[in-house]
Amino acid sequence: MNMQTLIRNGSRRDVLAIGGLAALVAVLAPRMALADEKAVQAEINKLYGDKKLGEGRIKLDVPQIAENGLVVPINVEIESPMSADDYVKSVHVFADGNPLPNVVSYRFTPECGKAAAATRMRLAQTQNIVCVAEMSNGALFSTKAEVKVTIGGCGG
Amino acid sequence: MSTPKPRVRVPAQAKKGELIEVKTLISHEMETGMRKDSAGKTIPRQIINKFAAAFNGKMVFEADWHTSISANPYQAFFYKAQETGEFSFVWKDDNGSEYKATAKLAVS
Repeated sequence: MNMQTLIRNGSRRDVLAIGGLAALVAVLAPRMALADEKAVQAEINKLYGDKKLGEGRIKLDVPQIAENGLVVPINVEIESPMSADDYVKSVHVFADGNPLPNVVSYRFTPECGKAAAATRMRLAQTQNIVCVAEMSNGALFSTKAEVKVTIGGCGG
Repeated sequence: MSTPKPRVRVPAQAKKGELIEVKTLISHEMETGMRKDSAGKTIPRQIINKFAAAFNGKMVFEADWHTSISANPYQAFFYKAQETGEFSFVWKDDNGSEYKATAKLAVS
């Protein structure tokens, strides 16, 4: 399905979505069933319950504008001494406007020396990227950044 | 789909305590399971769902990839050089296949 067909089908899709015909919508336009902030929050709750998320320590490096949603670079770096008793255990990245909220989860060890990792992701539309980091002592940190997507990367 | 081909870039040597960046890339469609073929049939999901790196057999870094990871997934991370040895990398496919690569590091 090309971009123009998607745009033309726009209003019809909306009506169907309101009708709750999720299955039919999925057939016509898989892009309709997208995650939202709540879905991201649900994933975070699944991992950490309602534990408090602190601010800071995470440097989330994503482009402000991504021309091609198929390949969006994402680089995360967390401030940490990465010593045997004080290191970053895991980092989870979520996207609140993709069909599924999970993007990637990293597990670090003190051997890494630096808690940083880079990969590339697909973004279906303009949305927020949420990053949650868990330290070895159990402390949690979170941050988010918006990426404006010009052409969605959902292979429709 | 052709057999995924892993590529790894690791410096050949490093000083003890030096931070090195490990860059990896593997050719793979990362089929999301949300696309349709020309007959309107859903193409089943097939992605690499896990990447793991170990040095001399000890786990260093792991990544769980979801469907939002781009095709031909790239992954970079860091390692603090301590001793001479070998990295082993493994990529795990939804279909049960494992793709492997190794890279030597000499530490002075």
